[in-house]
Amino acid sequence: MKAYLTRRYLFSASHRLHCVEMSDAENKAVYGKCNNPHGHGHNYSVEVTVAGRVDPRTGMVCNLVDLDSFVQEKILERFDHQNLNTLAEFQATVPTTENLCVEVFDILERDFHHAEIEKVRIEETMLNSFEYAGGREIRY
Amino acid sequence: MVYLTRKAEFSASHYYHNPEFTPEENQRIFGKCNNPHGHGHNYTLEVTVKGNVDQRSGFVVDLKELKEIMNREVIEAMDHRFLNKEVAEFKDQIPTTENLAISIWRRLEPKLNLAELHRVRVYETPDLFVDFYGEA
Repeated sequence: MKAYLTRRYLFSASHRLHCVEMSDAENKAVYGKCNNPHGHGHNYSVEVTVAGRVDPRTGMVCNLVDLDSFVQEKILERFDHQNLNTLAEFQATVPTTENLCVEVFDILERDFHHAEIEKVRIEETMLNSFEYAGGREIRY
Repeated sequence: MVYLTRKAEFSASHYYHNPEFTPEENQRIFGKCNNPHGHGHNYTLEVTVKGNVDQRSGFVVDLKELKEIMNREVIEAMDHRFLNKEVAEFKDQIPTTENLAISIWRRLEPKLNLAELHRVRVYETPDLFVDFYGEA
């Protein structure tokens, strides 16, 4: 039996949306308030969905302890209370929540091996959310 | 095709233990959840059905009927129960959220004649939920 398990994590970070290839006027036009050079912050909510067969011995898709410790070490410690623009992964890309979502998915898919990574969903605010499933269609 | 989701809540206790594992293995794999006296959660259940909208009623499914089926098949059986001891299918399988979602699917699917069951989602806490779509 295949099931999908979703776990929610929270972190807070700041960013500034600014593209070096655009003029200051273009940046202002495209990013508006988000282009403020001093940055601004969000409380991000990250939902990680893993998929797989339910192990008949444990009743689990994967042990939550493994998922929690991986996310804590590789994602929360990396991004929580940071300015995203200062991190290596956002030197060449703008730290929009689209790009953050792809980055978090890629970290999980590359190094978490206890279950398949189905999807990452990030809420930037209560009004904005972003989902990425490695380029696959998202299942609802 | 329109999808319709009905929510329900129930509270229950459980613990995780596999008699084929040693006490040390049970403790290592299940941690705090291995406490044999159990612990509890406020579960939220979301049942999603899909179907065509009936021309005359404008419904995918009669919500009153869906609510009754959910109450009879799931809530009455599980609300304020110790799942391991009082719900038949958990005498020989561990009542994880995964197995709970599968069990609820199996309880509802044969009773829903009006619309097709699409998804069972069970929240164990606001930060943890499982989806089951009936996949083998």
